[in-house]
Amino acid sequence: MHSPSNFQTWIIGVGFIGLAVFIGYKLPRPAAPTAESTLAESAVPSAPAKPAAQASFSPPAEGQIPDTEFGKIVQLGSNIFSNTQANAKEFVGNALQCANCHIDKGRLANSAPLWAAYVAYPAYRAKNGHVNTFQERLQGCFRFSMNGKAPPLGSPVLVALESYAYYLAKGAPTGVNLPGRGYPKVQKVAKIDAAHGSQVYAEKCALCHGADGQGQSAPDGATVFPPLWGPRSYNWGAGMTSINNAAGFIKANMPLSQGNTLSDQEAWDVAVFVDSHERPQDPRFAGSVAETRKKYHDSAMSMYGQTVDGVVLGQNSPPAGPPATNGPTN
Amino acid sequence: MVSIHRTVALVASLALGAAFIASSAYAVDGRAIAMSGNNAGAPACAACHGDGGEGRPDAGYPRLAGLDARYLSTQLHDFADGRRASDVMHPVAKALRPGEREALASYFASLATPPAAGGKKPDAKALAVGAALAERGDWSKGLPACEQCHGPKGQGVGAAFPKLAGQSAEYIAAQLRAWKSGQRSNDPLHLMTGVATKLDDRQVAAVAAYFASLDSKPVAAANAERKP
Repeated sequence: MHSPSNFQTWIIGVGFIGLAVFIGYKLPRPAAPTAESTLAESAVPSAPAKPAAQASFSPPAEGQIPDTEFGKIVQLGSNIFSNTQANAKEFVGNALQCANCHIDKGRLANSAPLWAAYVAYPAYRAKNGHVNTFQERLQGCFRFSMNGKAPPLGSPVLVALESYAYYLAKGAPTGVNLPGRGYPKVQKVAKIDAAHGSQVYAEKCALCHGADGQGQSAPDGATVFPPLWGPRSYNWGAGMTSINNAAGFIKANMPLSQGNTLSDQEAWDVAVFVDSHERPQDPRFAGSVAETRKKYHDSAMSMYGQTVDGVVLGQNSPPAGPPATNGPTN
Repeated sequence: MVSIHRTVALVASLALGAAFIASSAYAVDGRAIAMSGNNAGAPACAACHGDGGEGRPDAGYPRLAGLDARYLSTQLHDFADGRRASDVMHPVAKALRPGEREALASYFASLATPPAAGGKKPDAKALAVGAALAERGDWSKGLPACEQCHGPKGQGVGAAFPKLAGQSAEYIAAQLRAWKSGQRSNDPLHLMTGVATKLDDRQVAAVAAYFASLDSKPVAAANAERKP
């Protein structure tokens, strides 16, 4: 039987639901992320889409290094990182700077930032079959990517770089694989084509890195655009010779300031093109190119030991390490 | 007898004519054109760009002295065929023959004129903001440091990344605005368009003031010896 209270009940029920909706709507929400809010204010088109792995961690803002004894060493590390040529000369054997491939002085997500690497060590590395400390990892950078020699553990250069990395990693959780670490993985393509890569290179890379891949310097001799192959580039032991690493770096970061504008195919193709040129020998050379390939480059992602244009890569590599001037090289 | 003299005279005058034509094609005097024009519609560059190519900062006429010759010649070609828009420079560049453009570019590249007086006095805060952008950029916006392409202290790199040190602040700011608005679009890979788009007006003024305040003297090969 219908009673007045039925209608009343309905009204009260709807009223409650309406109140709940009203309260829920009015609850405070977290502010929308605004890396681009200043751009919106000045009515300027926003930057191109950022890579998929949006890093949630940010290193300390620039200009925050404390004016203390510790801060001086952190600053030295930062200086070594951006001008390795001038500040760690004795350990360098090519024309590169750390910051060439670790963009924004090791701060930028998806460009192998230092803050993500710092919290991932000590770690077992298949590359050398044992647990490496962070300093030992840095030694590898000098030996391979910088085609130089490993600074001794505990030496001022490594202490400074480690301090800088520690400083950038402030607040980051240890032992966590942070988003933005290393270079992003590029989706596999059906076929990787160095000939097409050569066209991509001419169109999009040669402007900075030179038609001959030898990079460009400022009038005072400082490397501005690094050489990508040849005697003054990274050697065959460097991680950048792995085509998947190179493709990941290139896709996320190149051309400089236009990261994530190349297609996956372009990134793969230009990576294999760059890594199909001669460069200094692998410091771990095991007597022959074939042996060295078997021990260290036995992968479809390495062009070492492969034949390109009738020449076996690794056969004519200049010797690894800095030119023999005073003292032994590694 | 008469015919031989005639022949000799004819050959001699032809040879002289050829030599004259050859010399005028291969011995273009860049300095002369810069100071007096080319008598074919191109006025003296010095009238706007100064006797030493130092520019006129207050009028926004850029410094040309010490810029890379290939960069300068590319700009002249782009002005001539409209790839770079300029009401002032288009007719000037068009009136220059290609050989003359090259000669002028080489001439200005060879100059080491001290910076021109004039232009707005920069304030310390703007210089600090400009220096930060020049040396670090703002990677939260994907904005590189200017130095990453234009070299330490804006000394310039190669043919495509011109020297900014000692350039007129008004000129630099005008170019950044031109890329932002699309009015200038001859930048390779449209790199500068992307960069300029990420700068607000305050940053444009700051970065322009910063580079204008730097020493325009050419930098000698100092640190970072080349490894073989």
